[in-house]
Amino acid sequence: MTGITRRQFGILGGATASALVMPAYARAQDKPKVVVVGGGAGGATAARYIAKDSDGAIDVTLIDDSGQFTTCFFSNLYLGGFRDFASITHSYDKLQSDYGITKVTGRAIEIDRDAKTVRMADGVTVPYDRLVLSPGIDLIWDSVPGYSEEAAKIAPHAWKAGQQTRLLKEKLDAIGNGQQVVMVAPPNPYRCPPAPYERASMMAHLFKAKGVDAKIIILDPKEKFSKQALFSEGWENHYPGMIEWYGPTVHGGIESVDVDAGTVETGIDTFHGDLLNIIPAQKAGMIAAKAGLTDDSGFCPVEADSMRSTVDDAIFVIGDASIAGAMPKSGFAANSQAKVAAMTVRGELTATKVFPARYSNSCWSLIEVDDAVKVGAQYVPQDGQIVSTHSFISQTDEDPALRKATYEESLGWYKGITADMFG
Amino acid sequence: MPLMGWNKKHSGTGSRAWPVLAAGLVTCLPISSPTLAADDADTAGERLFSQCTTCHEIGEGARHKIGPHLDGIIGRLAGSMDGFRYSMAMREAGESGLVWDRDTLDTYLQKPSDFITGNRMSFRGMSDQRDRATLIEWMSTMSLNVPGSLVEEGDAKASGPARGFADIVLAMEGDADYGAYLAGECVTCHQASGHADGIPSIVGLPRAYFITALFEYKTNIRTNEVMKLRVANLENEEIAALAAYFSGLEPQ
Ligand SMILES: Cc1cc2nc3c(=O)[nH]c(=O)nc-3n(C[C@H](O)[C@H](O)[C@H](O)COP(=O)(O)OP(=O)(O)OC[C@H]3O[C@@H](n4cnc5c(N)ncnc54)[C@H](O)[C@@H]3O)c2cc1C
Repeated sequence: MTGITRRQFGILGGATASALVMPAYARAQDKPKVVVVGGGAGGATAARYIAKDSDGAIDVTLIDDSGQFTTCFFSNLYLGGFRDFASITHSYDKLQSDYGITKVTGRAIEIDRDAKTVRMADGVTVPYDRLVLSPGIDLIWDSVPGYSEEAAKIAPHAWKAGQQTRLLKEKLDAIGNGQQVVMVAPPNPYRCPPAPYERASMMAHLFKAKGVDAKIIILDPKEKFSKQALFSEGWENHYPGMIEWYGPTVHGGIESVDVDAGTVETGIDTFHGDLLNIIPAQKAGMIAAKAGLTDDSGFCPVEADSMRSTVDDAIFVIGDASIAGAMPKSGFAANSQAKVAAMTVRGELTATKVFPARYSNSCWSLIEVDDAVKVGAQYVPQDGQIVSTHSFISQTDEDPALRKATYEESLGWYKGITADMFG
Repeated sequence: MPLMGWNKKHSGTGSRAWPVLAAGLVTCLPISSPTLAADDADTAGERLFSQCTTCHEIGEGARHKIGPHLDGIIGRLAGSMDGFRYSMAMREAGESGLVWDRDTLDTYLQKPSDFITGNRMSFRGMSDQRDRATLIEWMSTMSLNVPGSLVEEGDAKASGPARGFADIVLAMEGDADYGAYLAGECVTCHQASGHADGIPSIVGLPRAYFITALFEYKTNIRTNEVMKLRVANLENEEIAALAAYFSGLEPQ
């Protein structure tokens, strides 16, 4: 054994072990098929893990309507000028070349649960043995009367990243002295609880950095919001007088929006914005509802220990579209759920070992240069629910060095999660 | 005691003679140490480092020369950097868990050949404790936030409960397959490739280091909140599994 280091030994050991558990599978066309709809935080991760861990034993198809994926996470940093658009946009190339995943670019419009097929907009049907759905959210346009898909071209929501994000950035860059942005925040539940407030921070940063004297008004349907004490403190410290937040007891309820006039009508007053950022209420992506997988909440109930739909044994729903108990709708959470679903799917199709589900989440938010905060929790399935066992949140009045370290940690997380999604 | 139970006794394991590379025989002679004013610690540190520059680079973009580059030295596992041929003694020191922190560097720099017998650094040592402290302080400011650095807030030290638990887990055989599944939770932030951009790499960490570090989070010796959360539900079996898995990986 001379000359063999422990490290090499560990690798040999690992290789032998995995060779032993390698499932016996026959010819390629007999391979079990997994179809994943949605190539975002949940779907890309699930597809990659199933393909990677099954070593070719499972045929994986990933369906997404776009040829590349722009993350909502860090899209606020793009708005603030901390990132360029290319740095938040990722390709599916490696998932195809390195993991053998078949990427289908197009819109899935229907699931035939009896035939176990997914029908694409172009009429093609894709058969599956197991289906993983991670379609994210759809916006409930009329939750803010007067708002619509058409109106979003004038008053962007930018709550799905891509063209909308660019549009909002263009409009923000055009804001000048004495002008005002009005944001309508969404009601619960929505994707990424702290994101509207991080976004307001990034808007203020952009104006402050350019020396533009502009204001941001947030009209919120909620009485309180995520990381409120931290954001309020940050806004006072960095952007005094620039950000005003009003809850329903102050504005009297959000009644309607007129994007052409640039006004938001509330119970008490009319707010005028040179730019409106309207973020409506949300529900699971259309395909899930159409397949009958949602409940009255508009989201999909799932089994807590596997993310399997409670409606259909062959379907797993992960990410924003699912009702994941105490977990928030976040990219981190979707990535975490994807791994549990991937392991379960693989276990069923290739008789590999299934370990107990574990879930986690952390969300970083940037308030100003080198001033980031974070929140996180650990979750387990318990009595059919996903419950939180431990959690933390950044404290107010923290050491600036810690805040800076938190920002750097968030950069590391972004690299990590995008590598975990796209290879 | 230095981190990870690595102590001087282990240095004996590297006693196998390492062939001296002719070209590597450069002697860094200690120069007489300047007296320093407290406010001048930076310059003093830099001056002290001048006796190392024949062999070592430090700071952004530093490369290996005769000796390995010292960027990110604080918190780095001994003998662990790609692209540098370490002595057997130095690699074994790393494999048994020696991590460079202020204490281990201080002992090492006092007399390198005593601390790691058979290592290849031809430096007699720095006897003045204050000089060593100044130099190490300066080196640590030069290596802040460098990818690959394992250091967390301050100097985490295994002590008391962390050590005791860690020893129990160290004696367990971890299930690497279970570790591979559990690792899914780690690689959302710690890149599976071993790349590090703002979050340290954990790929290829020796078991002893890995296990102790996790117990240091459990016992609040290490204070990163995200990590404290992640370890909260990890049982001994799971820590052993993760250590088995990550120690068996090589950075890509
Ligand atoms: C401004 C903002 C900031 C955020 N910041 C963070 C953050 O810092 N950290 C964090 O963890 N999370 C953050 N999030 C939340 C995060 O983006 C989402 O929670 C996450 O993307 C959810 O993953 P998912 O897989 O459920 O959906 P998505 O990532 O949205 O992926 C769904 C994909 O499926 C596609 N799709 C849907 N239906 C179909 C169909 N029928 N056919 C074909 N393709 C379809 C969609 O086009 C999309 O590409 C943020 C969100 C926003 C809006």
